[in-house]
Amino acid sequence: MLIFELSRPGRRNPAQAPAAPGGECAIPPQYLRAAPPALPEVSELDAVRHYTALSQKNYSIDTHFYPLGSCTMKYNPRACNHLAMLSEFLARHPDAPDDTGQGFLACMFELQEMLRDVTGMAAVSLAPMAGAQGEFTGVAMIRAFHDSRGDTARREILVPDAAHGTNPATAVMCGYTVREIATDSDGNVELAALKAAVGPQTAGLMLTNPSTLGVFEKHILDIEKIVHDAGGMLYYDGANLNAILGKVKPGDMGFDAIHINLHKTFSTPHGGGGPGAGPVGVSRKLVPFLPLQVVGQVKDEYRLLGERDLPLSIGRLAAHMGNAGVLLRAYVYMRLIGREGMQRVADFSTLNANYLMAELKRAGFDIAFPTRRASHEFVVTLKKLKEETGVTAMDVAKRLLDKGFHAPTTYFPQLVPECLLIEPTETESKQTLDAFVAAMKEILEEARTQPEVVKTAPHTTPVRRLDEVRAARELDLAWKKPA
Amino acid sequence: MPFIPHTEEDIRAMLKAIGVGSIEQLFDEIPASLRNDRLENVPSAMNEMDITRLMSERAAHDGTYLNFIGAGAYEHHIPAAVWQIATRGEFYSAYTPYQAEASQGTLQVLYEYQSMMASLTAMDVTNASLYDGASALAEAVLMAVRTHKGAKRVLLPLSVHPVWRRVVKTIVRNQGIELVDVPYCAEAGHILPDALAQFKGQEIAALVVPQPNFFGVLEPADELTDWAHANNALLIAAVNPLALAILKPPGAWGAMGADIAVGDGQPLGIPLASGGPYFGFLACRKSLLRQLPGRLVGATVDTEGKPGYVLTLQAREQHIRRSRATSNICTNQGLMVTAATIYMALLGPDGLARAARASHTNALALLKDLTAIEGVERAFNGPVFHEFVLRLKTPLALLLKALKAQGILGGLNLAQDHPELGQSLLVCATETKTAEDLRRYTENMARIVGKHFRTAPCALKPSPNKF
Repeated sequence: MLIFELSRPGRRNPAQAPAAPGGECAIPPQYLRAAPPALPEVSELDAVRHYTALSQKNYSIDTHFYPLGSCTMKYNPRACNHLAMLSEFLARHPDAPDDTGQGFLACMFELQEMLRDVTGMAAVSLAPMAGAQGEFTGVAMIRAFHDSRGDTARREILVPDAAHGTNPATAVMCGYTVREIATDSDGNVELAALKAAVGPQTAGLMLTNPSTLGVFEKHILDIEKIVHDAGGMLYYDGANLNAILGKVKPGDMGFDAIHINLHKTFSTPHGGGGPGAGPVGVSRKLVPFLPLQVVGQVKDEYRLLGERDLPLSIGRLAAHMGNAGVLLRAYVYMRLIGREGMQRVADFSTLNANYLMAELKRAGFDIAFPTRRASHEFVVTLKKLKEETGVTAMDVAKRLLDKGFHAPTTYFPQLVPECLLIEPTETESKQTLDAFVAAMKEILEEARTQPEVVKTAPHTTPVRRLDEVRAARELDLAWKKPA
Repeated sequence: MPFIPHTEEDIRAMLKAIGVGSIEQLFDEIPASLRNDRLENVPSAMNEMDITRLMSERAAHDGTYLNFIGAGAYEHHIPAAVWQIATRGEFYSAYTPYQAEASQGTLQVLYEYQSMMASLTAMDVTNASLYDGASALAEAVLMAVRTHKGAKRVLLPLSVHPVWRRVVKTIVRNQGIELVDVPYCAEAGHILPDALAQFKGQEIAALVVPQPNFFGVLEPADELTDWAHANNALLIAAVNPLALAILKPPGAWGAMGADIAVGDGQPLGIPLASGGPYFGFLACRKSLLRQLPGRLVGATVDTEGKPGYVLTLQAREQHIRRSRATSNICTNQGLMVTAATIYMALLGPDGLARAARASHTNALALLKDLTAIEGVERAFNGPVFHEFVLRLKTPLALLLKALKAQGILGGLNLAQDHPELGQSLLVCATETKTAEDLRRYTENMARIVGKHFRTAPCALKPSPNKF
């Protein structure tokens, strides 16, 4: 049932809307709307019941184990939400003078400082509103740096073939061409391929470490040297920072620009797909190019730095200072776990991943990189299972939904056939992981004895498998009032 | 350990199962020279009671003001149900609906959102949202250039929000796109169709038209749209969605309607919150669909014929197309859109129109009262929605400081972005302002303007101190 189908003409919520204003409308008629928009006319109870019922059709961290690889679906502490939604924080206008927001700006400044510390970078800007915008910012700063030196021949960005799709898409948005670098059988960047690829055309390399294959890039120090010796810059995609938090700093690995996904490592909510936040950190060379706005401390006051303070900045990314409310949640989270909690995030997310990997291997699943330690995630390949039974990674994922678990990431990284990328996070208990292993064992058994049950899963969700081909072919992107 | 449930016994059993002696051993593939556990700028952990105290003190210190600043972020009443429902854990802690069968809640909300926005803008389709209005405008510019094939010049009027203009520059800078200023009429405060004559015959990918514009003034959208189409350019509308409850929607502009419509969704139930998170919307005509960036949700059926919703046309997106994607964007602002959808459902067409009309009425009343003060003039004579520009003789920094001392944020000083306007102030009044609020502003303004050369303002608000 759609909200539109609950609509009845004339049904209103007078308590939520202002009284119908008297007085004249001074807008000339040619500027006015001829017919009202087709918004639903429902009571408050209708709306509350409808959207509550819809929420109950979702799997979420609060209701289910959600081991979605590369997404760090850890518990989002309720205090973070509660404190970011204090009424004074919510009411403050973004263009209100800085001296009316010293409490808010103190949080932002301290967040910048904490992020600077855990990443080992020279400076941080909180401006980017998502990981992908952080990537854009990082590559745009690398370009601004090369351009500022007249080094305009550098027009190529290198990315490992295992990288997130955002990496190559970002490079193109910055006016670069992309060259992909192969991965070796151990999951590392192929050094010979990298050496052959770098040159005076190299603007930089974008790297995720630990990689999207769930392993730490062993040759990181060689990679750093190869790229820097060629005059390129190193970009760190912070997607997997959770695995090394408090243990290794991207700045120490030699990265020049990084982004951090606060909605992953620092536990801000994923919200059904955003809003996230993707602050960037930079090495000393890139500081002048940081995006606006940056929070500065001048004497005893905090203020937002603008174009006058950072004349070489790549500029503004948003109408205001980024996703402020998300930043506040990350701030509260960092204060709650504190210095001693940072390293524990890496410890226990890594412990959980390696435990789950060991138990799944024991249960008969094939691990894509069996000789490696898992980082905070790992890859299982179901290639053999598919050959034996016809059951695919997607089938297993769907069957997991029936067993009360959200599925891991499927078919990514694209290099590994029939793969599941599994990331349990540190907030899950051994008992939850054991229950997940038991469900996976059951599915393995079902695949061998009654494969149809798995192939036609899910059976218990609000809808059965959906026809994606039809959705794309007979596009229906908006409800239309029946004629 | 905060948010980590492991007992000593769990840890022992897990290490044994892995076959290692310690957690530390799990990090043995990392070069020793890279290990660094020093954290000097991260304080020790606080418990929930202490952080609640700290945040409450900081929030209380910032306090609240009687706010008359708009400039792209508007104070509207948000029904209590909006955020109580939107922050339910099932919406709050879910992710992008990759597993459609386990995400029908989020997917249906997005489909309903797309339906509401398509109707509000009178456009064929909208995506599932972008980061904010300014970045949505940048994406629209890129989309127009991709569509036009040939022209890389886009007309970006000076009546567009100055920060939005800067954001567009930042985002499209490296793609060889030329952004050309279009002047506004100094008397009317909007673009004059005649001012476009200078661009006639040029290859132009798109013309951007803000409605209302940055000055709160209404643009002659019909004429501008027809001009764009007569000159083989696309028309990008940048609109306030709440205003569309009463203003002509972009899909109905001119003879053919706008080609792309964008805006910031903040007025639809999203709190001001120092600037975010908000959400951007991007709508277009059906023929441009393949160039549309961002997530899209479509209706379909399951294997039993039951209706359901999925992400669709994903072949446009980065996780499939990589370097050939329409954009690097990989999320929307899901939670913000959830709130906006609930907001629009609660208000309905009548409630939304009332909020828009009441804002308009309040703004007109305030404009009338303020311009009755000697030394306060209306800067432009074009029609306005809920925001207007005043020209004053009083030094603005002093005036705003004096108002602030009385707990009033009097508007946005345009000196920095529009020095050509002299001492000008952009003022907004929405439906949240009572007659008493308007009177308080007007009286303080009259007092300060009347005596600004004689006495310094008295400070009622405490001056900020350091944390």
